Amino acid sequence: VFKRFVEIGRVAFISFGPHAGKLVAIVDVIDQNRALVDGPCSGVRRQAMPFKCMQLTDFVLKFPHSARQKCVRRAWEKENITEKWAATRWAKKIEAREKKAKMTDFDRYKVMKAKKMRNRIIKHEMKKLQKLISQKGKKSKAGKSEKPKKVQKPEKAKKAQKA
Amino acid sequence: MAGEKAPAEKNPAKKKAGEKKPAEQKAGGEKKKKIKKHHASRNPVLARGIGRYSRSAMYARKALYKRKYTAPETKIEKKKKEKPRATITKPVGGDKNGGSRVVKIRKMPRYYPTEDVPRKLLSHGKKPFSQHKRRLRASITPGTVLILLTGRHRGKRVVFLKQLATGLLLVTGPLAINRVPLRRAHQKFVIATSTKVDISGVKIPKHLTDAYFKKKRLRKPKHQEGEIFDTEKEKYEITEQRKTDQKAVDSQVLAQIKKVPQLRGYLRSTFCLSNGVYPHKLVF
Repeated sequence: VFKRFVEIGRVAFISFGPHAGKLVAIVDVIDQNRALVDGPCSGVRRQAMPFKCMQLTDFVLKFPHSARQKCVRRAWEKENITEKWAATRWAKKIEAREKKAKMTDFDRYKVMKAKKMRNRIIKHEMKKLQKLISQKGKKSKAGKSEKPKKVQKPEKAKKAQKA
Repeated sequence: MAGEKAPAEKNPAKKKAGEKKPAEQKAGGEKKKKIKKHHASRNPVLARGIGRYSRSAMYARKALYKRKYTAPETKIEKKKKEKPRATITKPVGGDKNGGSRVVKIRKMPRYYPTEDVPRKLLSHGKKPFSQHKRRLRASITPGTVLILLTGRHRGKRVVFLKQLATGLLLVTGPLAINRVPLRRAHQKFVIATSTKVDISGVKIPKHLTDAYFKKKRLRKPKHQEGEIFDTEKEKYEITEQRKTDQKAVDSQVLAQIKKVPQLRGYLRSTFCLSNGVYPHKLVF
């Protein structure tokens, strides 16, 4: 049922509070509600932090409990957590949300235009395939896939424009 | 006492003038000023602060009747002596009228009110509108794209040119893009976006002022109830000058707009809110 556990070395994402949005590693458990936490590579000093504001990630580091910051840092850099984190979908979603919130009026216009163009292309392909099917259907042939492949190009162009 | 010193200095001055030439011949050996001794007070003291003689007696004793001086005439006073003309002769028509009349330039008032105008109380710092301080939001700089919120062009995105003397913003569509001409907009009824067009090279003609844009109203009814309501300007006509000014400014602005991709389409579009769009959450 549960896949991610609170353990020594578990990397957690801080969801609210003064360090919101940063990654930390659990160094030790203080009591039922708090953990000793350290984020040498993410700018969080070693401190106690309630579990409530932490969200566990998939990453676990290997260091002994109450290890000092140097060890935590070494383990962190060995595993390359910051890069792995940036590659996760979770981090990408956060980034996309931030970008959307920062969009200016002009950006919103550009996105609207890009979406419109993309949808047009998709619809165009759909119609083409539908037409094919309706023609072939008259000749009663089976098994033509209806859904087109997702058009990747305009999506990337949209994201590049947003950035 | 001041009067006493003056003649004392004048005499040695006169003596000096006569003496100066031989004195200079002596190669300036003598002193420049001969300090003449002043007479002691001619008013004996009876008690502290009280003199023996009155003012008028002292006047006579000090012989002030002999010593009356005026300040030298300054250049300004010399110039001021020219008095303005009081009358002017004007020619008069008609037969046997004696050709001309002498007319006063400044005439006496023809009406004196029974009560004078009451004096206004002093007020401090109440300036007329023309002297008010004009402010401009920091987000609005020349070249900013603004969204008009009121008026017949509401929702349209428009380029800001400059702030006029009354504080209103001079704004243009440009006309070819969204049919907004050179127009004034009020700062408060405008959203400033963060999109800017580079307008540094655009020259805006100097005659585009508030007076140029002010609405004109005919005001000469000849007290005839019949046709007043028709002649007053209902239909606004675009003057040729407006067209030329519009072209002059727009050609420059359009050139800058074309440099930014998709900006032209952006200016053509209008701003609107839809479900889930909250202005306080939007970044403009």
